[in-house]
Amino acid sequence: MKFIRKYMDKIKPAFRPGGKLEKLQSVYDGMETFLFTPNDTAGPRGAHVHDGNDLKRTMITVIVALLPALFMGMYNIGYQHYLAIGQAAQTSCWTMFIFGLIAMLPVIVVSYVVGLGIEFIAAQIHHKEIQEGFLVTGLLIPMIVPINTPLWMTAVATAFAVIFAKEVFGGTGMNIFNVALITRAVLFFGYPSKMSGDDAFVKTDSAFGIGDGTVVDTFSGATPLGQVATNVGDSLNLHDIAGNALSSCDYFMGFIAGSPGETSTLAILIGAAILLITGVASWRVMCSVFAGGLAMAALVHACPSPTYAASLLSPVDQLCLGGFAFAAVFMATDPVTGARTHVGQYIYGFLIGVMTILIRTFNGGYPEGAMLAILLMNAFAPLIDHCVVSFNIKRRLARAKQA
Amino acid sequence: MAIIKLKKGFDLRLEGQISDGTEPVVAAPSSTIGIVPDDFEGIVPRMDVRVGDSVIAGQVLYHDKNHETIKVTSPVCGTIKEVRRGERRKILAVVIEPANKQDDAVTYDVKRPIKELLLESGLWVMMRQRPYDVVPNPEATPRDIFVTAFDSAPLAVNRTSFSAGEQQAAEAAVKALSTLTTGKVYIGISPAQDINISGAEINTFVGPHPAGNAGVQIANVKPVNKGETVWTLSLDTLLRIGALLTTDRMDYNVTVAVAGPMVAEPMLVKSVIGASIDSVLAGNIKGGAEPRLIAGNVLSGVKVELDGYLRAPYTLLSVIAENNDPDEFMGWAALSPKRFSIYRLFTSWLAGLRSKPTNLDARIKGGERAIVRLDEYDDMLPMDIYAEFLIKAIIARNIEKMEELGIYEVAPEDFALAEFADTSKLELQRIVRDGLNWLRGEME
Repeated sequence: MKFIRKYMDKIKPAFRPGGKLEKLQSVYDGMETFLFTPNDTAGPRGAHVHDGNDLKRTMITVIVALLPALFMGMYNIGYQHYLAIGQAAQTSCWTMFIFGLIAMLPVIVVSYVVGLGIEFIAAQIHHKEIQEGFLVTGLLIPMIVPINTPLWMTAVATAFAVIFAKEVFGGTGMNIFNVALITRAVLFFGYPSKMSGDDAFVKTDSAFGIGDGTVVDTFSGATPLGQVATNVGDSLNLHDIAGNALSSCDYFMGFIAGSPGETSTLAILIGAAILLITGVASWRVMCSVFAGGLAMAALVHACPSPTYAASLLSPVDQLCLGGFAFAAVFMATDPVTGARTHVGQYIYGFLIGVMTILIRTFNGGYPEGAMLAILLMNAFAPLIDHCVVSFNIKRRLARAKQA
Repeated sequence: MAIIKLKKGFDLRLEGQISDGTEPVVAAPSSTIGIVPDDFEGIVPRMDVRVGDSVIAGQVLYHDKNHETIKVTSPVCGTIKEVRRGERRKILAVVIEPANKQDDAVTYDVKRPIKELLLESGLWVMMRQRPYDVVPNPEATPRDIFVTAFDSAPLAVNRTSFSAGEQQAAEAAVKALSTLTTGKVYIGISPAQDINISGAEINTFVGPHPAGNAGVQIANVKPVNKGETVWTLSLDTLLRIGALLTTDRMDYNVTVAVAGPMVAEPMLVKSVIGASIDSVLAGNIKGGAEPRLIAGNVLSGVKVELDGYLRAPYTLLSVIAENNDPDEFMGWAALSPKRFSIYRLFTSWLAGLRSKPTNLDARIKGGERAIVRLDEYDDMLPMDIYAEFLIKAIIARNIEKMEELGIYEVAPEDFALAEFADTSKLELQRIVRDGLNWLRGEME
């Protein structure tokens, strides 16, 4: 790695103040700290030793945890595509995966280029180091945006979210709302026609020339939750995009229409295991989201009503369908926007679970409630913490009075 | 006598720990002795001697500008060689050249009130008070006095029992101290210690570092409330008080542990307060990397150079490497089980490295960030305090919130372990120290 170090040292002067490329100093510093652990040592006072962990390592661990869901999502894009054109039986898994990979790559590139570009500019304006927060957000966005969303929409929404949900608050670690979910919310409310319905979730046309074919007659691109929302009668008949009946196993494995990252509950649970074993995500939040969702789903399932068709779903199916699991594992556990006290984490997580199912069941306009539930609880997280901390304060005051 | 179990915290183990039963060796006499006013937080020095004056052991060197009765004394006989000053004429060190004969010392009339004795002898500045973690204000009466009998910080060495003379001295000191407080004298010991001093309430603290910190012990015995004052001192200071009361003279001898990954042979060294670092270290350093010398422990000590001096509390000289791995390539992506972390994000967790002695260097290993990860501070602070909320209140200089969240209970050293563990690499101890000093300025 000596030659990289030499090269970096050689080009360094150009990026210093007065150099030709001084406007890109943050970019250079970002690259340098990415390649080499900073040689900065502790000051004369304070802790002289530091733990090996930093935010880069933390963020990269989250990305690793996202990979199973990402790969399953890619495969599923291909699977849904070939199902839609009636060639699922004669296409290999690899072809499906490659198709999904090619279909998703442009979205991933757009998300990172737009988001990181804004981060670089913001870092340069404030003369700060480039921060790692967007590494994860940039991958979350392609995973929660429907695959057929036009790239320019994704770009606009990403730019809006990064600027107005993050940078105006001070950048990584300072945002109130989850940036990836704000991106999706902007798309959802700004371009509703592209974000739901038959055309949003299944890529029916070819991707860079791969997977040509005409869509079968029985095709219907609605997600299972989309079908639930329009369900008539007191029984549910959920089917895949080619009209075949779906089972709970399909929901769990992820062979259903939906946003790329959210379909496979199995892959999400592998990611959850990585997050919990490494201790990156709070088990308190994650478990309480599932607990809250399960409790609310059981409650609505106990009194099923054809008016609210989602109440006909079994509680476990509720957790496997839509974005619930993905939201519980990767969105609710965002430490920056969630509650930070232990008790607060239980309340925060539980209410996210409850609200998600509540919105799903009783609001016909929104077949999926996870996004709205988390954004709502993001807003309440500081209040929850405030209440929990006030108990500590009261205890301290009571102690002083006693003395 | 209570046993208090603490779960939070972490016992950081470094290579170069002194093994049990090591006998101390006597250091060569130091060619100069230095007293550093920065060691005594809260004191503004006003010199009582000039360069060229000759002093004897126990003679006053300087006093506090705000409380003239608080004095700092010379640990040796000799002549004042230099009063080293920095920016805005701040006194950095008072340097004394020791005389060849160390046979003269100030004797004290032990029948005088104990408070006067402590102030006059310079023992007073070795104590601290909560709130603010500064040298105690002589005008305030402490609610209680807490003696910490062990240091739980990395590489620290603790005595496990007393000699007969020490027992007598400790009992005399406790008896004298208990007249200064309206409450009790508490002594916090570790399970390894066989210490019992009549007149004091003994509590045993079981658990990892920072169980030995005064702040942690107070918080788990009888927390400090707003408006209350509590004094804290170490066992060494208690024994010095005892020695003064039983022998009429100050005891300026210290036993320093010279330890750490970069020390060739970890050893205990007998010397005096203010001895120069090179006289204590005597070249006992491994080669291979640039060493960092730390007077005190690696979590809250002060970086010193070879020509520097031992710093309060004069018990430990830690030597670690400045940088073991310059230009480490993509360290954040390391899969090596050798990269030390207390978290489970590195493979060193699987290799069980967390509980083995390690060779940490002084690199910060990451850039400063906003607080992102959960519970990092709380897990390292066994007190009923929301550390992260308190830190934020301090940064915001919000007095009301600081008070509500327990600013009066903490000292910078209580956040030392959190600073080590912090993924966001914030200088927590500096934040707390600046906040305490600022608050003290606002309140007094």
